[in-house]
Amino acid sequence: MKLFRIFTIAIAFLVAWHLFTLLTGIEFFILPPPAHVGTALINHSYDLAGHALTTFIEIMLGLIFGTGLGALCALVMMVFQSVRLWLLPVLVISQAVPVFALAPILVIWLGYGMASKIAMATLIIFFPVTATMFDGLRQTKQGFLDLANSMNASRSAILIHVRIPSALPSFASGLRVATAVAPIGAIVGEWVGSSEGLGFIMLHANARLQIDLMFAALLILAIMAVTLYFTIDQLLQKVIIQH
Amino acid sequence: MVILNSKSKEEDLVLTVRNLSYKDRVLFDELEFVLEKGKWTSLMGISGIGKTTILRLIAGLASEFSSGTSIVHSRKISGELAYMSQVDLLFPWLNVLDNVTLGARLRGEECSKDRALELLRSVGLYANAADMPSSLSVGMRQRVALARTLMEDRPFILMDEPFSSLDSLTKVRLQDLAAEMLQDKTVLLVTHDPLEAYRLSDSIYVLSGQPACLDSTIKPAGAPPRMIENSEVLQGQAELLARLSKAEAP
Repeated sequence: MKLFRIFTIAIAFLVAWHLFTLLTGIEFFILPPPAHVGTALINHSYDLAGHALTTFIEIMLGLIFGTGLGALCALVMMVFQSVRLWLLPVLVISQAVPVFALAPILVIWLGYGMASKIAMATLIIFFPVTATMFDGLRQTKQGFLDLANSMNASRSAILIHVRIPSALPSFASGLRVATAVAPIGAIVGEWVGSSEGLGFIMLHANARLQIDLMFAALLILAIMAVTLYFTIDQLLQKVIIQH
Repeated sequence: MVILNSKSKEEDLVLTVRNLSYKDRVLFDELEFVLEKGKWTSLMGISGIGKTTILRLIAGLASEFSSGTSIVHSRKISGELAYMSQVDLLFPWLNVLDNVTLGARLRGEECSKDRALELLRSVGLYANAADMPSSLSVGMRQRVALARTLMEDRPFILMDEPFSSLDSLTKVRLQDLAAEMLQDKTVLLVTHDPLEAYRLSDSIYVLSGQPACLDSTIKPAGAPPRMIENSEVLQGQAELLARLSKAEAP
């Protein structure tokens, strides 16, 4: 039923798009009809697949590093109060700096290759994961902690067996947000400076007024982002028991 | 300050609470009561008087009072207490069996699954060992909590209104089950239910006033659990209600 609904919405969107271009007579270099985008997709399928793979790798590695570092940072802040006192204000202040403004600097530091895009995706993912995981760790039910203490559990046992499992639903929320924003990080990184990826194709096609190709790349990116989000969401729903 | 020392009988515990304040409010000046070995002692009083605070102090869980507080006891009680709370506190990410064996898991000890299953059988939940807590009723969850408490095999059991969230019928059944299974334990039961206190206890203390003081001890006749139909139980409940009403009066 869910798939049918998604399929119906997609068909309705394509029909509305086609009718809009037909009825308004809008220039194709401003908004190409869906059939033109489809043709561009087929004609450039090999190139698009290669660039899509690059962007996909950047997004996935960004997700892995961002999530890993975010979770680790939250754990360190939970365990060491002195670190928390110093790190928490730094983290909050760091969010005042727009991450996109850092993209050109990252390209200068890390080069035009994948590293700067992965760093960009990592940076954009890091904060939501850290904040939600830390919140989850801190807000473990007092009753659970009392019970564990009455059972003579050590601090490390409480962290491993009580606080971390308690924090998983919050961590999952952070990971969902991270999955939704990870493609933004990778694409912005590609826009600033790259020779590969869907962001590079979009910029390149835009400069040459190949708007159908630009839309084809955008379509692939949208499908990739939505598929990734729903896959992660389904996995999290299966693995993590909501409290 | 909480002092636990041995007085009346060597194995009994005498609990003394001295000069306990919270946010400029003196909760207790000095309280003293005995927990007789192998008996149920109930602590009653109006809401907010500090019953749960006493329980948490004994369990070593009231860190908010720890500044300047010393706990002295003539016999070792650390590691000899098990705690059963008002809510079941089952970990939602563990199944029933893993919840029962939680203590061993937290201490990194080997746990006897056979014993846990035996306890689950005695509380009527053997068939639910692999179920997750979310699939159980409130009464079943509290029975798992009881099995988890018994699994700890500690001589002292602290119970903080453990039956308060149950419907009347489940409450009576679970009270009977707890009385049967904890008959050789020294139990301190905090409750606001006079009928529960009278049915289950060997000694009952009522807290009243501010700072709180204890009335004379009530010692119901006969062995718990006492039947609800018993006229003495109903009479005892009425007496407790009268004491509580008096305690509430300004």
